[in-house]
Amino acid sequence: MPESIVVRMNGMPLTVPARCSVAAAISIADLTCRTSVTGEERGPLCAMGICFECRATVNGMEHTRTCQLLCEPAMDIRTS
Amino acid sequence: MMHEFETLVVGGGPAGIAAAVCAAEHGVRVGLIDDNPSAGGQIWRGSAKGTDNSHRDSATGWQHRLNNPRITQLQGWSVFEQASSGSLRAEHNSSSADLRFEKLILATGARERFLPFPGWTLPNVVGVGAIQAMVKAGLPVHGKRVVIAGSGPLLLAVAAFLKSAGAKVVCVCEQASASQLLPFAIGLVKTPGKIIEGVRYKAATLDVPFHTSAWPVEALGDRKLNAVILSVHGKTKTLHCDYLACGFHLVPNTELAALVGCELSNGAVVVDEWQQTSVSNIYCAGEPTGIGGVELSLTEGQIAGLVVAGQKEKAHTLFGQRKQFTRFAAGLAQAFALRSELKALPTETTLICRCEDVAYGAVRQHHSWRAAKLHTRCGMGPCQGRICGTATEYLLGWNAGSVRPPIFPALVSGLASHPEPEFQKTEGD
Amino acid sequence: MNNRYDALVVGAGIVGAACALELSSAGLQVAVVERDSVGSGATAAGMGHVVVMDDSEAQFALTSYSQSLWNALSPELPLSVEYQRTGTIWVAADEEEMAEVERKFEYYTARGIPVEILDSQGVAEAEPNLRLPLAGGLRVLSDAVLYPPCAAGYLLEMAKIQKPGVALILGRSAIQIGEGRVVLDDGTTLLSPLIVNATGSFAPELTPGVAVKKRKGHLIITDRYPGFVRHQLVELGYLKSAHSSTTDSVAFNVQPRSTGQLLIGSSRQFDAEDSGVDREIVTAMVERAALYLPGIARLSALRVWSGFRAATPDKLPLIGPTEDPSIFLATGHEGLGITTSLATARLLVDQLLQRTSEIPVEPYLPSRLTGESTVPLRVKEMFHA
Repeated sequence: MPESIVVRMNGMPLTVPARCSVAAAISIADLTCRTSVTGEERGPLCAMGICFECRATVNGMEHTRTCQLLCEPAMDIRTS
Repeated sequence: MMHEFETLVVGGGPAGIAAAVCAAEHGVRVGLIDDNPSAGGQIWRGSAKGTDNSHRDSATGWQHRLNNPRITQLQGWSVFEQASSGSLRAEHNSSSADLRFEKLILATGARERFLPFPGWTLPNVVGVGAIQAMVKAGLPVHGKRVVIAGSGPLLLAVAAFLKSAGAKVVCVCEQASASQLLPFAIGLVKTPGKIIEGVRYKAATLDVPFHTSAWPVEALGDRKLNAVILSVHGKTKTLHCDYLACGFHLVPNTELAALVGCELSNGAVVVDEWQQTSVSNIYCAGEPTGIGGVELSLTEGQIAGLVVAGQKEKAHTLFGQRKQFTRFAAGLAQAFALRSELKALPTETTLICRCEDVAYGAVRQHHSWRAAKLHTRCGMGPCQGRICGTATEYLLGWNAGSVRPPIFPALVSGLASHPEPEFQKTEGD
Repeated sequence: MNNRYDALVVGAGIVGAACALELSSAGLQVAVVERDSVGSGATAAGMGHVVVMDDSEAQFALTSYSQSLWNALSPELPLSVEYQRTGTIWVAADEEEMAEVERKFEYYTARGIPVEILDSQGVAEAEPNLRLPLAGGLRVLSDAVLYPPCAAGYLLEMAKIQKPGVALILGRSAIQIGEGRVVLDDGTTLLSPLIVNATGSFAPELTPGVAVKKRKGHLIITDRYPGFVRHQLVELGYLKSAHSSTTDSVAFNVQPRSTGQLLIGSSRQFDAEDSGVDREIVTAMVERAALYLPGIARLSALRVWSGFRAATPDKLPLIGPTEDPSIFLATGHEGLGITTSLATARLLVDQLLQRTSEIPVEPYLPSRLTGESTVPLRVKEMFHA
């Protein structure tokens, strides 16, 4: 089991610990997950899949919750 | 795709784990479904390797017993619909499956109650249980300044955890007054195990200021949080911080229970002494029957697991323990009751609905949750009112109304039922 | 609370709201009684399209007249009403449906509705997410979509600022209407010579025997995917579905909301009185939608709900007097309530004021179904008393 893996964060490679959530990876990259409907930057609130503030586009799927999703090698993550 | 079990347990936290283990150890073929990557729920996240000393021994024991050949764990699954009276529909990795059962145990846990205040939508304003979960999921907090606020025993527990993770816990702000808490502290004498827990937490957080009658008034920052204004015994003070972890107790996750027809009362699932709901083959254990903490959840889970396995005598031996923990939980609720000053925290422009960016001023012009939803869009987002509905229930006394499927957003394709799919009966070995 | 009014509207859905505005604009003191909140019935449940339909001359006349009224009103509608002239594309899957496209083109062109025929390539360019190949389609440029509860709210706000204004009585049910009286569930009696039953599919509860039946529908709404669909899209089989009086049916109908969400419909059922979501119907709707828009299956669905349209035997609404000289009907709009609400109000008040209507009113009179004679003279007398 590797100590760390590499994901693609907004097109750039990012090294994160193995078994790290996608939301944590976004924080490690000093980004926020999404922009709200009136343009505010937002990050996770509840960390349990309920608030939907942690949504990002993962492997092409929009509106994916990232707080309970583990990073995988070469995963494509795009924040908005 | 379909899976079939004798008993399906929904929720892999302490109650669900205890239920699954007890049922399986008495011969029942169990499916345990949970939306996290691993079992443990919120409180036992990563506990097998984690730094949460007080729970580690108990959690490890239960996690070990989960390795039972009669238990099939389905992690990363989200239940969104009832396919028929004997099956639920769940989504996993963009595909959905039906889960058939003879008996169902609902152990869907609880969520934090978030009360809005100016600036609460800034990135790095998070929940209390949330920050613990985030750190366990890889959020780096070493050297970061954290203010913890809100209400409940969770505040001190998380303060201890954050300290052990290397964070600088600036202070802990409990909204209840010291006089409100005193009877609770005295009441701890009746529950010895709790004293030890309390002492451990207190010891760990000895050099962290703990304020009562304290709550956040405003979160400040440009693109993310950098400071919080607190009201402490009526005086305001501003503290610089990297994170504000703020949550006001827990509310039961009752949506699935309501969906499958279980009777609710006062926001909790009604169960009899055998943890059976108003639907004869459906049981409920843990926080959805009423917020009560880990030990009560474990006890209720064990009772439910034993009952579905036909072990009512064994289940009965746990009744005394359950009564004791229930009494503790009642004392807890009373001690940490929310003060009315919290209703005055949001201003007209404070957002209530974060999914649709709806301000409090717009929402409270209406006379009911439904009217507000239809006319302001509050509650129309993907959280389906779990955040804003819980807040308006406290702020305005609104009832958020009945539950409809899907109880979580699901792919459009998942809404279509499929006739006779590939049938997969999961065998014991 | 005053208990005498010049006019009393029961039901604050889009039709009741439109009637309140028209009555108030004519100088009447109006009260509206609503048991829940503004626009919370079929108005909240439906799709909010403002469309022309050619099922019959009378249906065309009413929809096109009303659409022109919405068009004239649109510049002043607030953003919350989400009025958008998206246009509709009637999608043709094969040559048989293309022939229907051509017939509609002739029909609408002859009556001044801006339409254009799209061939296979044209429809693909207009809507890239439609499956290929399709035979083509008909684009109706004047069609629009809006968000009905806020539209009803706006009409009532406008009614309130007319002189002498509107009293809105929310959270009270009318339990009996007749002979110039409306009795509420709290025992209050309101008096008016002019009571409008605008309670949609519940109209027979207050006016026994009125020829309105519940016709259940389902909708799904997705998360935000701006640009996935630009026009309202309808399959040509939609009319067959709306046309049938007896069978349950599903027809492809997808609408883009200004939020970027997609509304997926449509379904029609008779003899389904419960408001629960019917999984078989939803399955059929999803499969039909995925047939035309394959990518829709992978979008996130936030909610599914059902509602009741008010259906009449001849698919035309009931606008006008009943046997009781104080009771008037404004109901039975089936799937065209949003579209025809403004014209309904206009035609109703035309009758009361004995103004000449823009279109003939006879096809919509309740008496066409009961055989009774038309507007009793007493109405005008009462009105001017």
